[in-house]
Amino acid sequence: MSSATAPSSAPAEPFLTLAGIRKSYPGVVALSGFSMSVKPGEVIGLVGENGAGKSTLMKVLGGVVAPDAGTIVIDGVERTALTVGDSMKAGIAFVHQELNLFDNLDVAANVYIGREPRTGGVLQLVDTDRQRQMVEPLLRRLGAGFKASTPVAALSLAQRQMVEIAKALSMNARLVILDEPTSSLPLSETAKLLDVVAGLKADGIAVIFISHRLHEIEQAADRVIVLRDGKLAGTLDKAEIEHDRMVKLMIGRDLKAQFSTPGQNAGAVAMKVIGVRTGTYPDQAASLELRSGEILGIAGLVGSGRTELARAMFGVDPIYGGSFEVAGSAFSPRHTSEAVSRGLFLVPEDRKGAGLLLDLPISQNISLPDLAKYARSFMVSGALEGKTAETQRRNLGIKAPQVTTRAATLSGGNQQKVVLAKWLAMSPRVMVFDEPTRGIDVGAKAEIYKLMRGLADAGVAVMMISSDMEEVIGVSDRIAVMHEGRISGTLNRDQFSEENVLQLAVGKPLQLEGVAP
Amino acid sequence: MNKKDLGLLILIVVVGAIVTAINPRFLLPINIANTANLVGMFGISALGEAFVIITGGIELSVGSMIALVGVLFVDFLANQNIPWPIAVALMLVLGVFIGLFHGVLVTRLKMQPFVVTLCGLLFYRGIARFYTQDSTAGFAFGQSFPDLEFITAGRSWGVPNSFIAMVILAVIMWVVLHRSVFGRYLYAVGKNEEAARYSGIKTGVVIVAAYVICQVLTVVSAIYFAMYTRSISPGSHGNFYELYAIAAAVLGGFSLRGGEGSIIGALLGVVLLQELQNLVNLLGIPSSLNFAVMGGVILLGVLIDQQWGLFRERRRIVEAARNGAATQAPAE
Repeated sequence: MSSATAPSSAPAEPFLTLAGIRKSYPGVVALSGFSMSVKPGEVIGLVGENGAGKSTLMKVLGGVVAPDAGTIVIDGVERTALTVGDSMKAGIAFVHQELNLFDNLDVAANVYIGREPRTGGVLQLVDTDRQRQMVEPLLRRLGAGFKASTPVAALSLAQRQMVEIAKALSMNARLVILDEPTSSLPLSETAKLLDVVAGLKADGIAVIFISHRLHEIEQAADRVIVLRDGKLAGTLDKAEIEHDRMVKLMIGRDLKAQFSTPGQNAGAVAMKVIGVRTGTYPDQAASLELRSGEILGIAGLVGSGRTELARAMFGVDPIYGGSFEVAGSAFSPRHTSEAVSRGLFLVPEDRKGAGLLLDLPISQNISLPDLAKYARSFMVSGALEGKTAETQRRNLGIKAPQVTTRAATLSGGNQQKVVLAKWLAMSPRVMVFDEPTRGIDVGAKAEIYKLMRGLADAGVAVMMISSDMEEVIGVSDRIAVMHEGRISGTLNRDQFSEENVLQLAVGKPLQLEGVAP
Repeated sequence: MNKKDLGLLILIVVVGAIVTAINPRFLLPINIANTANLVGMFGISALGEAFVIITGGIELSVGSMIALVGVLFVDFLANQNIPWPIAVALMLVLGVFIGLFHGVLVTRLKMQPFVVTLCGLLFYRGIARFYTQDSTAGFAFGQSFPDLEFITAGRSWGVPNSFIAMVILAVIMWVVLHRSVFGRYLYAVGKNEEAARYSGIKTGVVIVAAYVICQVLTVVSAIYFAMYTRSISPGSHGNFYELYAIAAAVLGGFSLRGGEGSIIGALLGVVLLQELQNLVNLLGIPSSLNFAVMGGVILLGVLIDQQWGLFRERRRIVEAARNGAATQAPAE
């Protein structure tokens, strides 16, 4: 990649202009009177709450959906709608949040999937060598540290995104749209991705960067477009881009209550982790203490062993040394049921795969961990289940028509509340949250934070694993940082800063007084 | 009874009506009773198979177990002079052990159910043949066990006792699957084992229990089959019976991915299969076409069921969209 620093002077002429775009679905106006333009080499941050119309806009640009009104001008040619073919020919490329890559193929094969170069002759075999030769220069241009022949299965998430971007480049993209590219990236990889974005910009390729992580938008974007309720809520130029201003435009008001005030009442130690070794880092031992009434944030890079520690605490994975202590008594769960019976609950990272049974109604999801309680002479009482679920629905504000609604039909935030509800219907002593707000919109995030604080205030020990720096710093009472299977340091509130967390996350000790090793 | 089951029931009645119109002997008490007897015996094994399929597993050793239990049971009675209640108890214990064995291989040792039970299919058949040196096991002339014969091959009020046994077992199993805590766990494990585990459910225990239930019910049906045929050639007795059980479950709305299906559906599946067998006999269709008819009907049945489901889903969405447009909900 040539240079990520040179400030590209974007030519004044936009190559893509949308004007007065309107799209309505039965009962819902998804976009109305929306206009924007994209200049070559411009990085546009696109923000908005879930349901603000971002995905409809993407579909219009991708040619999947035809707008009801408005015009789309590409290179001076005016159209009322794009087809998928038009969009591709115009050089608009998408990198979706859920990557569409084949794990079992190598990088080159993924880049040229469906367009494989052939050897010719009768057999028309795939010309693997030529395919790799064509992909190598693209990877060099992106500064990717892997080869065209590397299997995708061996790549990290950020590297996989580079494969997608390489794919876009191979199709001569002029506009790359990144949909939530950093939501599941660790900090170090996020920086790398932002470099790649800067490189694209330097090459005169425009980028639309959709993210809920406003700090990254602040860093990367030349201009920010805010969508609210299908309308353009505002545009911020480089100098105006600021976290609070974006939030204000997104939700139409100030949101100071997003992070709740810290709790004052950290009590006795509720859970101890004593030199625990997990299967991923058997040579490292993690130790920490969790007090009732506090929220302990667990920061660290993705792959630092945080999820593994949570899984071990909950009895999903075995431990290879050390021990746990809950309420003063030693405890080494061999199965999740043992953790559950002690009031140690986990809200897992994979909400849809591990947190919920998507095909079951809300009520049956809530009753599942404590089903025997809902049984009368061995038979499960639907009425009892419904009653509990109704109470939880009111308390947590789960937005669903009925408690018999299938969990699959709920939004991410409401699904997360159902996962919470199933534990709250029992009596938690220790609650572990693994990435509790990933993929959840701003409004619902604030509600989840409030619920976590409410639990802590009620004397529950709360542990929150999060890769979102704002969240860790904003929500936690203390932060423990993990690095390759051990706790590299613990920060008290007066030591909170992104720099400190980052330094511990990469394994460097802090030169601060009062920091536990 | 859900809509799927109702559809299957209608199909059974329609096929019955057509067969009756062509050959009225279909409704003769003797024909009905014979068919009911077969439904009873196959139904018991299908109930067992259903419990394994609901966990997302499969049990392929049913037919071989029917042969193995058959030769052992007949030999115990005819040659070893073991009292029949003890022989029955021994067979049930054998079923529990084999179920545990399969379940543990699947859960603890993480083997695939198809592989485990395929090996079972081969292994138990081989043992059955070895046990009798490949000769037919049967009772000596004049040997009789009045109580056992009444329970297995007798009739009450004209109804075959095998059918009555199946109904009783089906009621019990219906309560277990559709109403009990364990039944809910079965559905949960079948739908998403990971999520069930994260809810603190002992998924391994649930799955092992399903295999044990399957083997115990297989043993019960094996005793009925043995007392029905009274002579068992270990090479062919019970061949393909696991496939009848699986076919009945699939016809009855079970998904081989697990987590879906009902007891009533499985039983209706058994009834339909036996009706088709009967149809082949009564309509003078060459009996060599037997399997072809069954295969064709199962394929059609499952195909229509799925397409109908997709059609209804589309219609529901269109309906919802229309209602949404009518009430003009506020913008998203």
